[in-house]
Amino acid sequence: MPDLPDAATCYELLARMALIRRFEEEAGRQYQRAKAGGFLHLAIGEEATIVGTTSVMRDEDFLIGTYRTHGHAIARGTEPNAVMAELFGRVDGTSGGRGGSMHIFDAARRFMGGYGIVGGNLPIAAGLALASQYKGEDAVTVCMFGDGASNAGNFGETMNLAALWTLPILFLVENNLYGMGTAIERHSAQTDLSKKAEGYGVPGTRIDGMDVIAVREAVSAGLRSAREEERPTLIEVVTYRYRGHSAADPEVYREREEVEEWRRRDPIESFARRCVEAGVLGEREVGQAREAAEATVLAAVELADASPEPPLDTMYESLYALTDYPGGWYAVDERSPEPHRGEHEADMPERARELAEAGAAYAEVEEEGERPNPALAGDAQDHTASRTGPDPEERED
Amino acid sequence: MAELRMREALRDAMAEEMRRDESVFVMGEDVGVFRGAFKVTDGLLDEFGERRVRDTPISENTIVGAGVGAAMNGLRPIVELMTVNFSLLALDQIVNHAAAIPYMFNGQAKVPMVIRMPGGGGHQLGPTHSHSFEALYLQVPGLLVACPSTPGDAKGLLKSAIRDDNPVVFIEHESLYGVRGEVDDGGEELVPFGEARVRREGSDVTIVGILKMANVAMEAAETLAREHGVEAEVIDPRTLRPLDLDTILGSVAKTNHAVIVEEGWPHGGVGANLSALITEQAFDDLDAPPQRVTGADVHMPYSKRLEQAAIPHQEHIVSAALATLEGART
Ligand SMILES: Cc1ncc(C[n+]2csc(CCOP(=O)(O)OP(=O)(O)O)c2C)c(N)n1
Ligand SMILES: [Mg+2]
Repeated sequence: MPDLPDAATCYELLARMALIRRFEEEAGRQYQRAKAGGFLHLAIGEEATIVGTTSVMRDEDFLIGTYRTHGHAIARGTEPNAVMAELFGRVDGTSGGRGGSMHIFDAARRFMGGYGIVGGNLPIAAGLALASQYKGEDAVTVCMFGDGASNAGNFGETMNLAALWTLPILFLVENNLYGMGTAIERHSAQTDLSKKAEGYGVPGTRIDGMDVIAVREAVSAGLRSAREEERPTLIEVVTYRYRGHSAADPEVYREREEVEEWRRRDPIESFARRCVEAGVLGEREVGQAREAAEATVLAAVELADASPEPPLDTMYESLYALTDYPGGWYAVDERSPEPHRGEHEADMPERARELAEAGAAYAEVEEEGERPNPALAGDAQDHTASRTGPDPEERED
Repeated sequence: MAELRMREALRDAMAEEMRRDESVFVMGEDVGVFRGAFKVTDGLLDEFGERRVRDTPISENTIVGAGVGAAMNGLRPIVELMTVNFSLLALDQIVNHAAAIPYMFNGQAKVPMVIRMPGGGGHQLGPTHSHSFEALYLQVPGLLVACPSTPGDAKGLLKSAIRDDNPVVFIEHESLYGVRGEVDDGGEELVPFGEARVRREGSDVTIVGILKMANVAMEAAETLAREHGVEAEVIDPRTLRPLDLDTILGSVAKTNHAVIVEEGWPHGGVGANLSALITEQAFDDLDAPPQRVTGADVHMPYSKRLEQAAIPHQEHIVSAALATLEGART
């Protein structure tokens, strides 16, 4: 077992993991209260994978991930307020309320998203790395994705390109043993994912994703080989998500005992215990990390809730980067329908404004009649899950 | 007749056809053990087993491509893509292969397969999970495109699609899965492709709506009658390829006004296509230009208010209908 780092680093690792855990729990609660909508994918159980990785990255390095990345952004330094505000769909969210849980982004911290399409981030990671190499910069791109994503065509194509062009990139498979409701043995012929890219020229290692120090060590080595030798590698981090795939998952595909077994290896508990036993941290500091997380997350909820909704006249903003010569129709404002060039709609026509307001008002309307939750079996389908809000999850995805 | 939800009607269509024809099978992501992302395939694995209900890896292009190959070799695959959004990853197999093969090999091969995919917005799923691609598939020669709005039509059309010898893109709307309606449970009540359904008769304005927008058009028609004394005729084409243009033109000949409603983007949309066809074929019948009601020309925002502002509602349809009756552009 690799040695523990110094006390300050250990505290930081513990505090970061505790913050992400607490954030995710609260996100789940806010979703139940219908403060957050859409899909909500929580990374509870996978904190060591995330924090172990980011803890050894440089500020200039890029991180790119999936739709399960609230924690990744927070680990990179994004304010939890901004992530929570995004879940609430507010202007102070990381994407101004346009992206939601699946599309977190923080350019300033080089957290490059947040993508809802499985495997969509892999080629983009290659491109980020290509640009760093092209410009002669030292940055490494760390690309994280799931076991399920390793079956996407993008996986093989990206591995080949990374190896062929010796890109400064590190691939990290967060193997939580399931792609949605399909167990790895049922979705991948090669279940040792560390081997899956070897034939393409990207060698891999497999490590325990519940051990934050093991992740740190492996990622350090991977970053070094990418940065110093321009050698892309892959790390398979074996981890586990305690919660369902997203909020409405009845988890018919796995046994309760299996979840319990993994919970006993909890990455935060086990790391705290280890630090205390080794005398690096005291019980008081462990408690302090928890309390700090609690305070930060509660403040994040308050700040998110205080943030305004995006104004309707920003609908077309950022659709195009506008130049001095906007000729022709860029977009149609279907509400007028006037040609639209993506400019701020300060002088949106009166009728268009009325119709936009009329549409937006449906956000307050309770859906009439039954809105079944497909993730619940049989008769339970007649009830709208346990959510109190107006928009119960329609599907599990 | 039985009252069923749309998801049950679709499942029954598949189950009945699988019982009837051993060559029909289902494959897709999480269609088996997980019972489908929207529980449309619920129960199929239990009844038909893993040979005929196949969970696949997350490999959309390959799943569709394998369906194409299986269809060329005598089977009738039903491929479920979890949502239309992910069908973009399979666009190569759908357009360059499934749709092109019968034509480019001069009829030596056929591709009898159904590619089912749910879409639409309204659930705060944001820019990558809320698409409406009826227009995209409508554009491709060689494909049939179905887009049912009621459980009864969904079942009858899906059965027709499975028996058809062409590749069918079968588009479902996520908001309609829980909607109940009368469904034939006899098993032989097929809904033919290329036959529109007049959902409401009226003499003042023709409103064509697809998928969920057919239902929203019905609401708008009631409002128009109640508040404005306008009688709208509401038509659901049910299939976009082939298209029952005769029914639409017949209605326009009667009402002299047309409104087309869809959830998708305005440029090159279903409404753009239909209003061109109506204008070309029935210019003399029109008293005013056709009006289009579409989703906003943006990637679906997550914020609930922005999203609702980006989706057509009955207010938009009422407004468009009144505008065309006034003979003015809005
Ligand atoms: C291209 C594409 N296909 C399907 C989906 C639906 N989907 C979302 S997450 C998921 C499972 C992904 O599993 P994995 O890569 O293991 O990541 P995990 O969710 O376990 O973190 C699926 C099938 C999607 N978002 N994108
Ligand atoms: Mg997984």
